[in-house]
Amino acid sequence: MRTPPVNALPAPTIDRAIDRAASTDSTGLSQLDVLESEAIHIIREVVAEFERPVLLFSGGKDSVVVLHLAAKAFWPGKVPFPLLHVDTGHNFPEVLEFRDETVARLGLRLEVARVQDYIDDGRLTERADGTRNPLQTLPLLDAIAAGRHDAVFGGARRDEDKARAKERILSLRDEFGQWDPRNQRPELWNLYNGRHTVGQHVRAFPISNWTELNVWRYIEREGIRLPALYYAHEREVYRRDGMWRAVGPVSAPLANETVVSRTVRYRTVGDMSCTGAVDSDAASVQDVVREIAVSTITERGATRADDRISEAAMEDRKKDGYF
Amino acid sequence: MTQVQLERSEGTLFRFATAGSVDDGKSTLVGRLLHDSKAILADQLDTVTRTSTERGFGGAAGGIDFALLTDGLRAEREQGITIDVAYRYFATDQRSFILADCPGHVQYTRNMVTGATTADAVIMLIDARKGVLEQTRRHLSVVKLLRVPHIVIAVNKIDLQDYDEAAFGAVAAAVRRVTDELGLGAVHVIPVSALVGDNVVERSPNTPWYDGPSLLELLETLPAADDVATNVESFRLPVQLVLRPQGAVAVAPEDAADYRDYRAYAGQVASGTVRVGDTVTVTPGGASTVVTGIDFAGIALDEAVAPQSVALRLRDDLDIARGAVIGTAGTMPEPVKELAADLFWLDLRALQPGARVLVKFGTHTVQAIVGTITGRLNLDTLDLEVAPALEINDIGQVTVRLSAALPVETYAANRRAGAFLVIQPQDGATLAAGIVTAARTVAGTAAGTGGQA
Repeated sequence: MRTPPVNALPAPTIDRAIDRAASTDSTGLSQLDVLESEAIHIIREVVAEFERPVLLFSGGKDSVVVLHLAAKAFWPGKVPFPLLHVDTGHNFPEVLEFRDETVARLGLRLEVARVQDYIDDGRLTERADGTRNPLQTLPLLDAIAAGRHDAVFGGARRDEDKARAKERILSLRDEFGQWDPRNQRPELWNLYNGRHTVGQHVRAFPISNWTELNVWRYIEREGIRLPALYYAHEREVYRRDGMWRAVGPVSAPLANETVVSRTVRYRTVGDMSCTGAVDSDAASVQDVVREIAVSTITERGATRADDRISEAAMEDRKKDGYF
Repeated sequence: MTQVQLERSEGTLFRFATAGSVDDGKSTLVGRLLHDSKAILADQLDTVTRTSTERGFGGAAGGIDFALLTDGLRAEREQGITIDVAYRYFATDQRSFILADCPGHVQYTRNMVTGATTADAVIMLIDARKGVLEQTRRHLSVVKLLRVPHIVIAVNKIDLQDYDEAAFGAVAAAVRRVTDELGLGAVHVIPVSALVGDNVVERSPNTPWYDGPSLLELLETLPAADDVATNVESFRLPVQLVLRPQGAVAVAPEDAADYRDYRAYAGQVASGTVRVGDTVTVTPGGASTVVTGIDFAGIALDEAVAPQSVALRLRDDLDIARGAVIGTAGTMPEPVKELAADLFWLDLRALQPGARVLVKFGTHTVQAIVGTITGRLNLDTLDLEVAPALEINDIGQVTVRLSAALPVETYAANRRAGAFLVIQPQDGATLAAGIVTAARTVAGTAAGTGGQA
């Protein structure tokens, strides 16, 4: 058997892995091995216990890693659930391209919920600040209901945010999609309780216990492909709220903001209107691993304007049904 | 060992939980541990420093309220208490840690149970000025029943006792009396000040009479639970699902024919080690067969250990579905329909004898009836006392009848095979954490515990 996991670079990954597997001097599993097996176990549990799971897939590194884990969980079969993307209309074009290529390569089905459609017909109103991240909740919940999805995989990690640090791996949402942080089910051993009633659904977070560095080391080890903007590149940017914003159709600079060309990369990939780039020369995955290992600032702190609104910004959005 | 092994620098994973009574300073200790091990990044520290200043926090820690680092929910910051388990991640050169910061309030004991079930170690905080409290005993009982491999007692606020050796000695002696009573074996007792940082990361010059390791030094060297268990527990793999892709393969077209008849049993190794060529027994049914392959996403392994997620290929075509358990031949228990268990009752609705529930063992969920409540653990005397019902936060002994025979084992023999959830059949709530204390092959053989009112 030599066929690699679907999203990996072919032969070298497997050869390397087999070399390691053949070594006999190790006494235990590495932390990535343990985290990988934990995630695969969670993904298989959800597929076994739920009727219609779906994976939230944005083309961002965390959802790409979850998809890779799903491919490994069901090898040599296909990933047995579709993908769902909430398109804010402000996504980076290269990320959408990557998303579509990935879906086509794996032969999967992609559902897209478009924020723009909701704005066009008046179900949602554009915010004064132009940010569309908070507007994703309604299209997301509608898409979950329309697809009758009873389980929704996400790539959220507990190290991202204080509110996420409190969330269970299997997190029950009521029929309004709301999270009740004060009344969560106890999660015991590795026994996940997926029972729910009609109208409720469960959000499942297989990489809850991974850190940003774990994710990058795993991307390196597995040879996982990512959108190019995760790596250093030249880009026209301007300074706002202490981060570099890309010049684009929905993120134009104000009169007093100077556009400069800089070598940057993205640590997170979200809506163009609120995701910032960081100065970086990290052009390869190895460079990024080194950069993250010595970073003194969190990824959301470095790159997300929407989480700077208040200390409980994420908690408030999650209670309303956000990712 | 033939695991897919990474370069050494990546290190191993160690999970630990905090416990103790409210105001013992758990969140402060966690904040201190993260801060002094350089796990707090600049923007997080900024936010916490700003909030600390806004609230007029003026401690010896340079004006930083470390509890704000982990108390992530709005209500927690408003009330200054920890409501829910917060998971935090940090790494040293030796190891990466997953830390479950658990609440101390009595009404949130269920979250402490949550944190402890996955922990390799529990750090039990005790306020040096208050000594052993009811909640200390309660949490130590939980830790004992859940068989958490390592217990570390952090006697906190030692600075407020002027680093007095005798004061520390008195608390250490009192806690050792409780751990001896509970039969907890060796525990580590460390004098610390979370606020000042004594013996948290660095050994403190303020406690020259203490010659043991700092808390972090200890955590870096304790063996993880799976390493401890691998040598003593037999191989078990609860089957999650059967991988039988037939036409829908993800492999290259030229290889597709090789996988037309592929059939493997996917699951996470719950305990022990399995090797290609091993003879295994499958329950239900009790048929024996041989492991012909261990697949991990295209990599053929010679062996797998807990907690690896793998897929087993077997020599014979057996009727195996989700819920089946594959284990080393000759070690598998007889399936039983009746068992005695300890329950950690976690729901506001009390347990009455005769309650109809669901129980989930491994990958198998079956209907069950709670027979009798044998008794409730009195946490002051640690005796079993008569109880008509189990209320939230009670730890009780019960008998359970299962609708289908399952190959359960005692928790003492195998943590994974002996652990189960009790689930409310209508709304799906998790009512209790259960651990098997005795499995009965013949119903009602244990005197006085098999009856139904």
